[in-house]
Amino acid sequence: MFQATLGSQDVAQSAVNIPEIDWQAISPVVVVFVAACLSVLVEAFLPRERRWSVQVTLSLLTVVVAGLALGLYVNSDAVVGTGGITVAGQAVPLFSADYPALFLWGTLLALSFGALLLIADRSVDGGAFASPVPPAPGGDPVQYQAPGRQTEVFPLALFALGGMMVFLAANDLLTMFVALEVLSLPLYLMCGLARRRRLISQESAVKYFLLGAFSSAFFLYGLALLYGYAGSVRLVDIAAATAGTDRPETLLYAGFGLLVVGLLFKASIGPFHAWTPDVYQGAPTPVTAFMAACTKVAAFGAILRVLTLAFEASSWEWRGVLWAVAIVSMLIGAVLGLTQTDMKRMIAYSSIAHAGFLLVGAIAMTEDGLSGTMFYLLAYGFTTLAAFGIITLVRDGNGEATHLSQWAGLAKRSPLVAVTFAFLLLALAGIPMTSGFMGKLAVFSAAIADGMAPLVVVALLASAIAAFFYLRVIVLMYFSEPAQDGPTVSVPGAFTTAAITLGVVVTLLLGVLPAFALDWASVGGFVS
Amino acid sequence: MLESYLPLVLLFVLATGFAVFSVSVAPLVGPRRYNRAKLDAYECGIEPSPVPVAGGGRIPVKFYLTGMLFILFDVEVVFMYPYAVAAGGLGVFGLVAVGVFLLAVTIAFVYEWRLGGLDWD
Repeated sequence: MFQATLGSQDVAQSAVNIPEIDWQAISPVVVVFVAACLSVLVEAFLPRERRWSVQVTLSLLTVVVAGLALGLYVNSDAVVGTGGITVAGQAVPLFSADYPALFLWGTLLALSFGALLLIADRSVDGGAFASPVPPAPGGDPVQYQAPGRQTEVFPLALFALGGMMVFLAANDLLTMFVALEVLSLPLYLMCGLARRRRLISQESAVKYFLLGAFSSAFFLYGLALLYGYAGSVRLVDIAAATAGTDRPETLLYAGFGLLVVGLLFKASIGPFHAWTPDVYQGAPTPVTAFMAACTKVAAFGAILRVLTLAFEASSWEWRGVLWAVAIVSMLIGAVLGLTQTDMKRMIAYSSIAHAGFLLVGAIAMTEDGLSGTMFYLLAYGFTTLAAFGIITLVRDGNGEATHLSQWAGLAKRSPLVAVTFAFLLLALAGIPMTSGFMGKLAVFSAAIADGMAPLVVVALLASAIAAFFYLRVIVLMYFSEPAQDGPTVSVPGAFTTAAITLGVVVTLLLGVLPAFALDWASVGGFVS
Repeated sequence: MLESYLPLVLLFVLATGFAVFSVSVAPLVGPRRYNRAKLDAYECGIEPSPVPVAGGGRIPVKFYLTGMLFILFDVEVVFMYPYAVAAGGLGVFGLVAVGVFLLAVTIAFVYEWRLGGLDWD
């Protein structure tokens, strides 16, 4: 038997199934990866002083071109929603540009455009990736590096973006794992790129890397067990295997559990959230914005795909577990968020609570659950992006002033920043007329329709607790006396202004006129 | 079906047992004769190169760059061998795919070269 399968004659002469590639369907991903490679070459060949402007132009242009390619494909005459990379003889593409993938690609491109604008801004103290020259008097010399400005962040961001786009479109677990690494490794590096507060930034990078490597191992172990169970790493084959066979279920449950831990980690869902506050706090704020908005989209895209395509038939077995996970995540986010005194950590705990809300929609396993979760991702991404944009503006002599007490009385000194931030916090809390409300409404109504009313009650309770710490910041900004040596609010440069405006406008638009985005999100489901 | 994994479980038990047995018995029955060579840092069997204690015992970062270069070419070759064996069946598609892969690896190499990863001093 081994002779027959492993004989070199066989391998050499048997024609390999050449996959059919629908180039137009995958063109956004191709654009991003080609541009990422170009960006590395720019880094290698251009003189240092010209790199910044070229890299900024290249990466922003990439996102725009990829978005145009996506728009052209969606509006083309081709049969949209079935394309991708298909192996001959198989119904489901290996790498699938189906409707959820297309919607989330669009979301990712729009969010990363905003995040790249934040990264590219250097109007305030030269930007997050430039050293202060000379070091601030009395500052710790270890915290500063030689002068200069890093541009490596752009190729890294593009590679991470490409990885995210592949991650949420992969229909087999091995491709998904490779994409997970492609998106994770650049993120680890980007976390450590801060030129101010270098130590905490590098600490966050190391923490993220160690825990991330650990979670990748979980994912891989789960993948191996599922292969043992189903004899295939393709999601549809796993689904076929779970539908009524006498295979050992231990392998299925163990494999599912380990795989899902890997995915939950990336989406920073409690109790796999431990890295989130430290990394969000330590990473340069524009990078945190990129991580908080885009990584969440990618991770939830993958969670939705894996749960729907591979494990729908066995959902009554695991649903209870994910109920518990969602509850834990919402409560951890809401309760621990109350105790935070640092703005970035507070938003990090808020993102853990939001991940719990998103999971409520993701385990509804209905069309409404899918479209509601994707809409929530779009809404949450833009709100959190703009919130981190605001955080980059409030500064004192040592860079960003993130301690809550430093934000006291901010409304008296800079009303515009305060009112914008208050609006974003209300959106995070889910007040009507903001996208946060519409997102929660979509997700919770899908969950109730699917018979998860108790879970929704817990979710509402957690929203109420979380609303308290958002309101506390608003009260602090409006009704406290400003500190004597409080931080100054920098006048934002054009890029930061654009990013914050983008986030605020989308937050308002989706809150008032959510129908068009909800329609896009519910055009179609996964191809299976 | 799970029964077919029994040999694997036995192998694990055997391996764990052997490791625990060797580590716990060796200090009890083995002779202890120390000399200078035994206490040295192990460096592939050669004389350990002296690390200056003054700078915190740090190792120059250029070793790390060489290591990255090694991984780069290693990965390249790991994919070239299976391709060479199956090149006939893969046809033009395989050739183009490997070409794209080589191009991507070369870009990484060019980056390291341009940033001075090949200059030892």
